[in-house]
Amino acid sequence: MHELAITESIVSGVRERVGESRVLRVILEVGKLSQFVPESIKFFFEVCAQGTPLEGAALEFIEVAGRVRCRACAAELELQDWIPLCPCGSAELEVLAGQRLLVKAVEVA
Amino acid sequence: MCATCGCSDEGSAELTKLEPGGHGHTHEHAAHPHEHEHSHGHAHPHEHGPEHSHSSRMIALEHDVMAKNDGLAQQNRTWLADRAITAVNLMSSPGSGKTTLLERTLRELGDSRAASVIEGDQATLLDAERIRATGRRVVQVNTGTGCHLDAEMVGRSLRQLEPADHSLLFIENVGNLVCPALFDLGERARVVLMSVTEGEDKPLKYPHIFRGSELMLLNKVDLLPHLQFDVARCIQNARQVNPNLKVLQLSATRGDGLAGWLEWLRAL
Repeated sequence: MHELAITESIVSGVRERVGESRVLRVILEVGKLSQFVPESIKFFFEVCAQGTPLEGAALEFIEVAGRVRCRACAAELELQDWIPLCPCGSAELEVLAGQRLLVKAVEVA
Repeated sequence: MCATCGCSDEGSAELTKLEPGGHGHTHEHAAHPHEHEHSHGHAHPHEHGPEHSHSSRMIALEHDVMAKNDGLAQQNRTWLADRAITAVNLMSSPGSGKTTLLERTLRELGDSRAASVIEGDQATLLDAERIRATGRRVVQVNTGTGCHLDAEMVGRSLRQLEPADHSLLFIENVGNLVCPALFDLGERARVVLMSVTEGEDKPLKYPHIFRGSELMLLNKVDLLPHLQFDVARCIQNARQVNPNLKVLQLSATRGDGLAGWLEWLRAL
């Protein structure tokens, strides 16, 4: 559900940057450790973009794997999901990447 | 579309693959083939549909979608710090006992500490009325369809609430173990409440909220004799997602464990 609020802020964030230019495409980078579901953003995007210069724009997702560093043994691991356990047994992991949702770029007409 | 060069068409038969850190990508378009130069010095062939507009352009944004909320949360944090107000963001699923715990906490605090409450719910003033009955200041935020409080709502509530300097501020989030975890409100501490009627596996199923909290309150322990709830296992699950999580067991109705909770609040 939080994707509704998030999608609204994607639309308003893009509008702040590109004004009234027609947006053809929005490229989003979604971390696998973020709590955002691309399908859900897609679902809300149609509604949120209606009547704005983003209406009809295509959404593209670039998924970024989660990367963490173990605080116990300093190993760096890639996580596909938030199951925080290093092979050394430690669960104290520092997240290095894959937690964010970014609007990478937009294509305007 | 090619995310690097911005070439595009309006067709649907398009595949794009981007590898993190590299340039490797493939894509397919509908109609005519062409080549064009990339600024980083290599060309690759690909095709575009007839609708392709060569006047379109890519604008790099690198805009963090949470940045707006996080910025407002930081403003709240500064506003609160300037007044030495300690804010606690209380999160749980619906029915875990957040409001009951607050009622009890406010009564236990008595005159020892000024306190006020921001109540988040989708609808009704029911919780705010319960808090008001304790004699404390309260603002109810009704989020409508919204499933969480955000920093903007809390910022507006603060201006209405005008909490006293050096006071405690409880922010009771919308009952939900998912969305509230995402939104920084500007609080000093996040507390997740779960009750023993919910099942020991909740921390594993909703790891983000347990990972982002510094204290877990395990409520309704007075019901344990009637339930098959493994307290040790629940705590173990919670610490699996957050090894630094502090855990207190309590019963907001009967009063077990309240001293520890009040002590934790005093130490904030």
